[in-house]
Amino acid sequence: FNKTLKLLMLNQWLTVRCVLIPRLKSPGVKRRFRIYSSALLVLQWLTNKDYKGGERFLVKMAAPLTLLVILSVTIRAVLYRSSLAEVISERVEVVSPLTAWKRVVEGLALLDLGVSPYSGDVFHETPLIIYLFHFVVDYAEITFMLADVITAVALYMAVMDYNKQVFRKQKYALEADRYPLDCLELIRSPKEMYYIPLKVAMFYLLNPFTILSCVAKSTCGLNNAVIALFILTTIKGNVLLSAIFLSLATYQSIYPLTLCAPALLYLMQRQFIPVNFRRVSFWWFIAQYAFMYLGSLFVIVGLSFFLLGSWDYVPSVYGFILSVPDLTPNIGLFWYFFAEMFEHFRLFFLCVFQINVFFYTIPLSIKLKEHPVFLIFMQLAVISIFKSYPTVGDIALYMAFLPVWSHLHRFLRNIFLVSCVLLACSALFPVLWHLWIYAGSANSNFYYAITLLFNVAQILLVSDYFYAFLRREHHLSYGLYLKRKDGSEATLVLK
Amino acid sequence: FDTSAPETVDPSSVPQPKDDFQEELVIRPLHSGDIYASFQFRTVWETDFMRGNKVSHYRLFPKSLGQVISKFSVRELHISFTQGYWRTMQWGQPFQPSPPGAELWVWFQDSAECKVYAAGCVDGTWKELTNVLSGIFCASLNFIDSTNTVQPSASFKPLGIGNETDHRFLRYATLPREIVCTENLTPWKKLLPCGSKAGLAVLLKSEKLFHSSFHSQAVHIRPVCQDWQCKTTSWELRQTLNVVFDLHNSAQGKREWSLFKMFSRTLTEACPLASSSKIYIDITDNPQGEQFEVSPATPLLSQAVVLGDRRTFSVYDLTQQITFGTVRSLNLLIRWKSSEGDMLRPLLHAERYVAGYGLQTGEIHTLMYNNHPYRSFPVLLLDSVPWYLRLYIHTLTVTSKGKDNKPSYIHYQPSKDRLRPHLLEMLVQLPPNSVTEVTVQFERALLKWTEYTPDPNHGFYVGSSVISSLVPSIVAMDTNSTRERPLFSSFFPCKEESSYFVRVYTEPLLVNLPTPDFSMPYNVICLTCTVVAVGYGSLYNLLTRSFQIEEPSPGLAKRIANIIRKMRGVPPL
Repeated sequence: FNKTLKLLMLNQWLTVRCVLIPRLKSPGVKRRFRIYSSALLVLQWLTNKDYKGGERFLVKMAAPLTLLVILSVTIRAVLYRSSLAEVISERVEVVSPLTAWKRVVEGLALLDLGVSPYSGDVFHETPLIIYLFHFVVDYAEITFMLADVITAVALYMAVMDYNKQVFRKQKYALEADRYPLDCLELIRSPKEMYYIPLKVAMFYLLNPFTILSCVAKSTCGLNNAVIALFILTTIKGNVLLSAIFLSLATYQSIYPLTLCAPALLYLMQRQFIPVNFRRVSFWWFIAQYAFMYLGSLFVIVGLSFFLLGSWDYVPSVYGFILSVPDLTPNIGLFWYFFAEMFEHFRLFFLCVFQINVFFYTIPLSIKLKEHPVFLIFMQLAVISIFKSYPTVGDIALYMAFLPVWSHLHRFLRNIFLVSCVLLACSALFPVLWHLWIYAGSANSNFYYAITLLFNVAQILLVSDYFYAFLRREHHLSYGLYLKRKDGSEATLVLK
Repeated sequence: FDTSAPETVDPSSVPQPKDDFQEELVIRPLHSGDIYASFQFRTVWETDFMRGNKVSHYRLFPKSLGQVISKFSVRELHISFTQGYWRTMQWGQPFQPSPPGAELWVWFQDSAECKVYAAGCVDGTWKELTNVLSGIFCASLNFIDSTNTVQPSASFKPLGIGNETDHRFLRYATLPREIVCTENLTPWKKLLPCGSKAGLAVLLKSEKLFHSSFHSQAVHIRPVCQDWQCKTTSWELRQTLNVVFDLHNSAQGKREWSLFKMFSRTLTEACPLASSSKIYIDITDNPQGEQFEVSPATPLLSQAVVLGDRRTFSVYDLTQQITFGTVRSLNLLIRWKSSEGDMLRPLLHAERYVAGYGLQTGEIHTLMYNNHPYRSFPVLLLDSVPWYLRLYIHTLTVTSKGKDNKPSYIHYQPSKDRLRPHLLEMLVQLPPNSVTEVTVQFERALLKWTEYTPDPNHGFYVGSSVISSLVPSIVAMDTNSTRERPLFSSFFPCKEESSYFVRVYTEPLLVNLPTPDFSMPYNVICLTCTVVAVGYGSLYNLLTRSFQIEEPSPGLAKRIANIIRKMRGVPPL
């Protein structure tokens, strides 16, 4: 009975919402119908109790997720066996000096020779990674596939949990009548949210960027797994695990440090701690989190020290990330800029570019303090655009979040242009690389131009999503169909 | 001091002079029709430069080098400048091997002030020393810095006495790009006691010497034993100059040469300061005179064991007036009769090349040939590769006769960007009559635009690999280091009779690197900054502004009217 009632109401709601309302002319009647439809929706939620109990939901979704995992593992396994794997693992877009598998193998070979892998400038992985692969080097392919699956499942569970909360919040807001009446179009229905977690997993696992990165055995996949676990534990509200995974991610590649702001905001929101500088509870929570974070970081760093017996890895890993000595071309902005830099300005611009990555954290957290998960997405995107050795694996991580913001699509301004540019650039990278390096008929400027365009497209994509998010929030508080003073249709502008 | 009268008395009966100068020239007709001429000038001085001993009275030993030894506490110094590549397969082994370009290796003294912070202290001394030598020899040795200096652990052992073999005191560097020319020869000749005024050195005219297939000049300084018990040590300065004349081509196909044709000079006297001054002509392949004819003929024959082979030489003693004959001038002449005869193949030789295409990766192949029919012997291979070719040591393979040949010793020091090169040393056993191939993959780095040499598309040179080996000898080697021997056979000390020391240098490599566009640093800085600014600007825009309803802006007339009304103090329209 419950199910039929639910379906019936959903059906009715959809009819009213999608068929009736757009055809009505008179605004008064329209408004009345909207109120009716919202009432239907609320009723539907009230009957929809089983949505809260996660188990059924999980069982229902487990089958497609398993299929997805099997499919993606098959694709990867086939590619590993093909001759393409060799080619892909040499691509500069897929592997950077920080993440190349060839360099991990080199580090292991150096360890075997009795030379510290950090005594040279080829190996830049952290000691934990080298000790991990010391044991699993024969199962590297499985490890990387596993890392991808872990990332996808973690993101899946995280997004599912997040969607539930979004839903709950929306429900409270509706019940409290906080939304303007003409905003009901912006209300998200459970139906459209139902497949989002699966889409997130799919966007990660079937993204060609992730597949390439996994087939090249780029250790970026492992970093992504750690970040995904961090996101999962944060969204589940586990403070300790969140701090531990954040410190692991920081240990792996400094930049995820900026994710501590969204994590703090989210966890405080969850524990109903107000973000208020004058409140003791606020500072007490920050102190707790900082203690756990620094404590686990200290343990990891100490462990690395005892594994190798020296601090050599600190300049070799973190100094390498921050001072950008290796100018091997990649998809980022650093390599050509610092290859062409005047020597006496090098330090200055290095500082400017590195600060740029961390710079957006505070203003973004102030602007998005109510929406920490969107803040995580923004931070991941900023990191992957502006970090010193980006690879396509980093891009794949933030792109996996795009389905979560599918309700913003109506506000996106240039998504078509941006996706065309991203696709065209991805195709042009290998072409221009070939022309420059192998054919000799182009020079470095060609490849550089494509990296510039690719990064502009990424910036436009991120800022477009940011714009759409802010705009939706604005509409949710001021109404969707805004009017000028004289009653005519108004356009929204940023001022 | 008048030593022009030759002292041919037995050296043991007369008290040894404190310093002594010898000169000699070895001429070896090569099977390719070329002529190999090797000059050696040796000054031995029984003195002590070390331990703060102020040496101020110099006689035969050049003062500039003596001061260098005492100032920088040098134990051994070997420097060579070479133009051209020694073709071992055509020419056999040289008496003193040297790689193309400049090579410098120095053992420093374990001095008191350098004891504590050995590495840093030696590095500082090394830097100063290279700059001083650069001035002395008018060469670009000042380009030797930490990026091309290595400390080989086994390949370069001291050639003189001394048991200090801690390689922290050794520095080795090569400059494969160095061009050797007259300006390096002139200061080198000035170090000789007679300069280029008398003796064999009058033959060293640069217009002829540099018109040759191969030219190499070197200076070796080392402490040696004076007597059998090694009670006293003395310093030996050996100046060598090796040259291969391509007479076959330059003489329009006529196979005939003379001292005058080669050097455009003849000899009239020995250096008056020299205790011995000799010319040796290698006639081993010509016992009955069927290959070539030497004139004037000499009755003096000498046999020496050199490079594992007993060779016969005709000797011309320049200290004897009779050598110059009635014309009072010696112009040796060799006239070839036949061009047949084959050369004994050198037992060890090596070659090297870069494989692969494109500017991303590559592979260095080193081939080492053991031509001995039944003996295998170990070789030490030393490779010093600049940091911008990033070697991947896990791709190292050593194969001989199609089988994996695992090196019994590997010393590998990975490179540091812009700081130090790769150093790869390994001990490989070469099976008899085989080719051993060593391959290692590398990746080409993109450098900063200021780090490229002029004409970057010409490529970057990688110094020769050094292969050092004790090659089994056919004849018993002479292990007595103090006995009178021709200079050319006494350069490498010989410890055992059954084998002799050989050093082989491979070709230097020329490797292309990817280059940035050198013409547009400003454009790149502007464009990249623009992209960063686009990112910053769009985020800044969204962060600082808020959404507002756009109100139509009033018309121009109304705005002007409002300004006027404002000035009048009337409320605006």
